Amino acid sequence: MPGRDRRELAAIFAGGVVGALLRVALLQTHAGAAPGWPWATFAINILGTFLLGYFATRLQERLPLSAYRRPLLGTGFCGAFTTFSTMQVELLTMLDAHRYGLAIAYAASSVILGYGSVHLATLYVRRVRTIA
Amino acid sequence: MSVAVWIAVGLLGGIGALGRFLVDGIVAARTRHEFPLGTLVVNLSGATLLGFLVGLGFTGNRLLLAGTATLGSYTTFSTWMLETQRLVEDGEVALAGANVVIGLVVGVGAAALGRFIGAHV
Repeated sequence: MPGRDRRELAAIFAGGVVGALLRVALLQTHAGAAPGWPWATFAINILGTFLLGYFATRLQERLPLSAYRRPLLGTGFCGAFTTFSTMQVELLTMLDAHRYGLAIAYAASSVILGYGSVHLATLYVRRVRTIA
Repeated sequence: MSVAVWIAVGLLGGIGALGRFLVDGIVAARTRHEFPLGTLVVNLSGATLLGFLVGLGFTGNRLLLAGTATLGSYTTFSTWMLETQRLVEDGEVALAGANVVIGLVVGVGAAALGRFIGAHV
């Protein structure tokens, strides 16, 4: 990859390693039986989204520009910790079992709480800034 | 889980994150629109591939490593939500709604398509 910053790639890789390990550890210890409510994936996605909202806002708007924090914490860690593909296969499993209400509730609550957590994290970072 | 499997989970998770960064960069460089197409391409391709692995009959450590570790890290929920919220902040409510609806509807469809193909190859 000519011209690509190798340290930026290393930061993304390192964040991805930690995010994946933490997600798999939580999934292994808190796996629910399909097609029930996937608590582990759900909690991971909401928590990771809150953290990304915090890091993205803080690193973009508050701290002096750092070249490696955003790739490490945002793209690497939060990106790898949270997951879209597992959620879609979980939804598919619910639809297979004709548990349509469960699938709609899982999809809707993930999106609403995910969106809300970005919103709250963003407001929190900006509020701290105006006070300081 | 053995130490070797944990090490593989970490390494594959890092590779998945790098894959997301590269694919998102390639797609984003080819789109001028504000719509976050890069993340959508990553997420939909990852959902298709995970469905494909399930269709192939992957279970246990094979599904854990290729699916949960690699594709789980490759795809992302947090960036999808962050970009949706930033679109709303920019007044692009219709694009934000489209990003969510396309992600969910096409996402489940992509996983189903991948699984169908995997079960029939």
